[in-house]
Amino acid sequence: MININILKPNSDNFQTYLYIGSGFIFISIFDVILRSFFNLNFSTSLPGILNFFLPLILGLVGFQMIRLEYSGNRIVDKINESVNNNTFNAGLTLLIIFLTLIATPPALNWMIFEATISGDTKEACVATKGACWTYIKVWFRRFMYGMYPNDFHWRINTAFITLIGFAFVGYFMRGKLKNYITFYYAIFYPIIAFIIINFLISGGSFGLEWVETNAWGGLSLTFIVSFFGLIFCFPLGMILALGRRSELPVIKYISIGYIEFWRGVPLITVLFMSSVMFPMFLPSDAFVDKLIRVIAAIILFEAAYVAEVIRGGLQALPRGQYDAAKSLGMGYWRMQIFVILPQALKLVIPGIANTFLALVKDTPLIFVVGLSEVVGMLQMAKTNPKWLGYAMEGYIFASILFWAICYAMSKYSQYLELKYKTER
Amino acid sequence: MNHKIKSIIPQLLTLLFVVAVIGFFTINAQLNMDERGIDFGYGFLSQESSFDVQFSLIEYDGSHSYAKAYLVGLLNTILVSVLGIIFCTIIGVIVGVARLSPNYLIRNTAAWYVEFFRNVPLLLQIFFWYYAALRALPLPENTEPLFGVTYLTVKGYYIPRLIWENFDILLYSILAAIISIVFIRNYARKLQEEKGQQLPVLLISAGLLLLFPAITFVTGMVQLEVALPVLKQLSKTSFIYADGISVPPELLALVLALSLYTATFVAECVRAGIQGVSKGQKEAAASVGLTPNQILKLVIMPQALRIIIPPTTNQYLNLTKNSSLAAAIAYPDLVLVFAGTALMQTGRAIEIVSITMLTYLTLSLTISLLMNWYNKKIAIKEK
Amino acid sequence: MSESIIQMKDVNKWFGDFQVLKDINLEVKEKQKIVVCGPSGSGKSTLIRCINRLEEHQKGQIVVDGNELSEKTKDIEKIRAEVGMVFQQFNLFPHLSILDNCTLAPIWVKKTPKKQAEELAMKQLEQVQIADQAQKFPGQLSGGQQQRAALARALCMEPKIMLFDEPTSALDPEMIKEVLDAMVNLAKGGMTMIVVTHEMGFAKEVADEVVFMDEGMIVERAKTKDFFANPKNERTKLFLSQIL
Repeated sequence: MININILKPNSDNFQTYLYIGSGFIFISIFDVILRSFFNLNFSTSLPGILNFFLPLILGLVGFQMIRLEYSGNRIVDKINESVNNNTFNAGLTLLIIFLTLIATPPALNWMIFEATISGDTKEACVATKGACWTYIKVWFRRFMYGMYPNDFHWRINTAFITLIGFAFVGYFMRGKLKNYITFYYAIFYPIIAFIIINFLISGGSFGLEWVETNAWGGLSLTFIVSFFGLIFCFPLGMILALGRRSELPVIKYISIGYIEFWRGVPLITVLFMSSVMFPMFLPSDAFVDKLIRVIAAIILFEAAYVAEVIRGGLQALPRGQYDAAKSLGMGYWRMQIFVILPQALKLVIPGIANTFLALVKDTPLIFVVGLSEVVGMLQMAKTNPKWLGYAMEGYIFASILFWAICYAMSKYSQYLELKYKTER
Repeated sequence: MNHKIKSIIPQLLTLLFVVAVIGFFTINAQLNMDERGIDFGYGFLSQESSFDVQFSLIEYDGSHSYAKAYLVGLLNTILVSVLGIIFCTIIGVIVGVARLSPNYLIRNTAAWYVEFFRNVPLLLQIFFWYYAALRALPLPENTEPLFGVTYLTVKGYYIPRLIWENFDILLYSILAAIISIVFIRNYARKLQEEKGQQLPVLLISAGLLLLFPAITFVTGMVQLEVALPVLKQLSKTSFIYADGISVPPELLALVLALSLYTATFVAECVRAGIQGVSKGQKEAAASVGLTPNQILKLVIMPQALRIIIPPTTNQYLNLTKNSSLAAAIAYPDLVLVFAGTALMQTGRAIEIVSITMLTYLTLSLTISLLMNWYNKKIAIKEK
Repeated sequence: MSESIIQMKDVNKWFGDFQVLKDINLEVKEKQKIVVCGPSGSGKSTLIRCINRLEEHQKGQIVVDGNELSEKTKDIEKIRAEVGMVFQQFNLFPHLSILDNCTLAPIWVKKTPKKQAEELAMKQLEQVQIADQAQKFPGQLSGGQQQRAALARALCMEPKIMLFDEPTSALDPEMIKEVLDAMVNLAKGGMTMIVVTHEMGFAKEVADEVVFMDEGMIVERAKTKDFFANPKNERTKLFLSQIL
């Protein structure tokens, strides 16, 4: 108790305590820096355990000495308020700082200073202790385009650029055209997208060589699967959401049954179903491409989730909207299309974005039917006899790639959420 | 009349559509099966499976039936889910609380953890732990013990095995403790209602739960031996630890990935729950003289839990469904054992996939129904 | 008149750089009724929240019923149990019925037997005329009923002092009266009360003294009659002209 009181500053002696305290904190952090960056340890003379904990003890004493509720010194107040509210927090603060300092040199060494990116073969990496980015460099095209022939990669690029171009058409629609914007995105755009991908990426006509879907892969396949998943599951989800809120019992219970069924099973079993069970359900002479089956399965699966999101939006609309529309003499469809859905959909855009995010994160699962997007290609590259032993680099690369995509999307959906919240 | 027709026609059409789709599928399935000479039925379940499973909680080998193989897979799925749920709850609660810490560094470390782990596909994380992180562990013969008696090696995690003698007596003693706790609770309530005295029920309960089993040990009715893992040479270069329990690396990777991933979602639920209780509640409770512990127990927790539990249960369900990714690293869960190996051997796609889906579906629906009932029960009543 | 039950001496408080309370000196005697008024942000809420230490003052001295409030004060709960408080936002516990709201503190803090606590609670609820709502939950009541329930909850601890933090500000106009009536009844019963409010009618009817605060300082303190009849300070005059 006494020693705590000694360490406790008050407004009279605070200046002295501040100097001594910051000195202690500085020494403790400096000690850890020396240990981790330069492998120096200036307290070796102390017994083992004391030597090990010395920075922590010094730092804690230092933080203890500068802790005062209101000191008048802006910087000190800020530090006290944000990282030094009590001894426990001060300890955690020190631990986080120390861990970061200790982990930084080896991580940096492995990722940058001792890493290799030169050369085209594994031999370039043999001598180094760090990461072998050569591996990523050599396989980069595979990770992006799968086994799609190198000469035709421009076809994928062109297709994507065109698709993005068409996606922005709605942005430029003005005046009367604006009424058809939903129509365009719900029906017209999916058709255009299908045609573009069919002719450009799949090929087989217009002098473009046919590339079978087994060769598709990498990040471009992730995009194709999630893109089609999104644009088709949306209308289906909308219908199911309306169905679940319908007053007609048959429609209502069929919708509920559908939604609860798909939400109750894991995606992986759905993909299994699409690959081994679904062909049994079709006439024996009918052949449906594997990729199409997979995308269809994903659409059916995701539609149930989208339906629940949209239902949330429909429920959030005040009853008055329905009453107003009905009092104007609108029929069911007219009311839904012109009054209810436009408002509800605006409410659920962030929710849809989250569902889409989940869909993107789920695409790697298509490995179970033998399609390889980024993660699948990674598994393939990892087992390539010429490149054994670089799994870590591959996973880090893919993690960063997916993280960047998903993080950007989740931030965007948060931004939308905030925007719509304030607009209302 | 007119109105009735108006509402019947769309229903009829929908019904027709659904029936037509199902009918189309059934007829095709029938034709296809006839063609291949297989008939639909679940009789194969009692046949001998003739395949082995690497990791099983119950006794199983190739001479057992497919039904037993299903059970092995199901138990493995449950094992992974339960472990995952325990760990994701622990991590999730810590991270969720840390996200509200007044400490800037802790708050942001927690936020970065959440932002990172929830934005990387789960499958990638499973692969990372299994193929990259756990592969970097040392071989059994080079392993230093962890916590003195356990060994984390590239071949799995070896932990001591507990050998109980008269385990049932221990169970009875715990049961006895629980019964006496119930009595003490009732007595405590009565005491409060009549005299206003309060017993430290929680403390007494914990004490009893420790005391009763402890008595069985002291009197020698129950004995516990610990079999430590011992390094054993299989061949010139191959070593393992025998005698202990070996947790296969697949299970380790799966539990690690599932709990770290799901914990990010649990953390968000916990954070929302804590934030959902307004500051005024704490102040009001303080202003009538409740102590900080009482405030937490009587005012904050009951309200926060009402917000936290429903979405967290949903996350537990997601974790259970996600555990099916086990198939990717060959952990013998329900999907791998049944929808994988068994399907490959029997070729009975429809039966096996339907059983697998039904299993997950039953699990999900039961839990959601329970959850709905519970939600209604605990919902804070409003106008 | 008896000893002062609340004494505040040179009390200062900062939120970061912002000084909310500047050299507050205030003494309240037993059974006195004091109304604190002033523009928003003038520190009146902070002032009364310091009295039951929901806010901690950084300089000066606060003595409540003979106990000095400071970091060293142990059993702050005991002091709080003697000082009831009614909040602007009611702050009833939404997961408990009105009756349970009222018996929670007597049972856990005062260790009153449940039966006795319930009898007391019903008596208090009758006082504020919502005994018939005892089994309902806060979410099922109107704002006025909730605030009266909150008053009953505070009274169940049989406090010596009651603090009111703008008790009618969050209410619809038609409900203000029912809450004020309950407060007037309480005042007639001889409770020591400090009330932060803009209801000047209430002040005229009940208060012994009115305190006017602005920018964290007590600008004027006067007997109710004098305060309204001839305010001395310019700022008080301006404030009164705006609010009346």
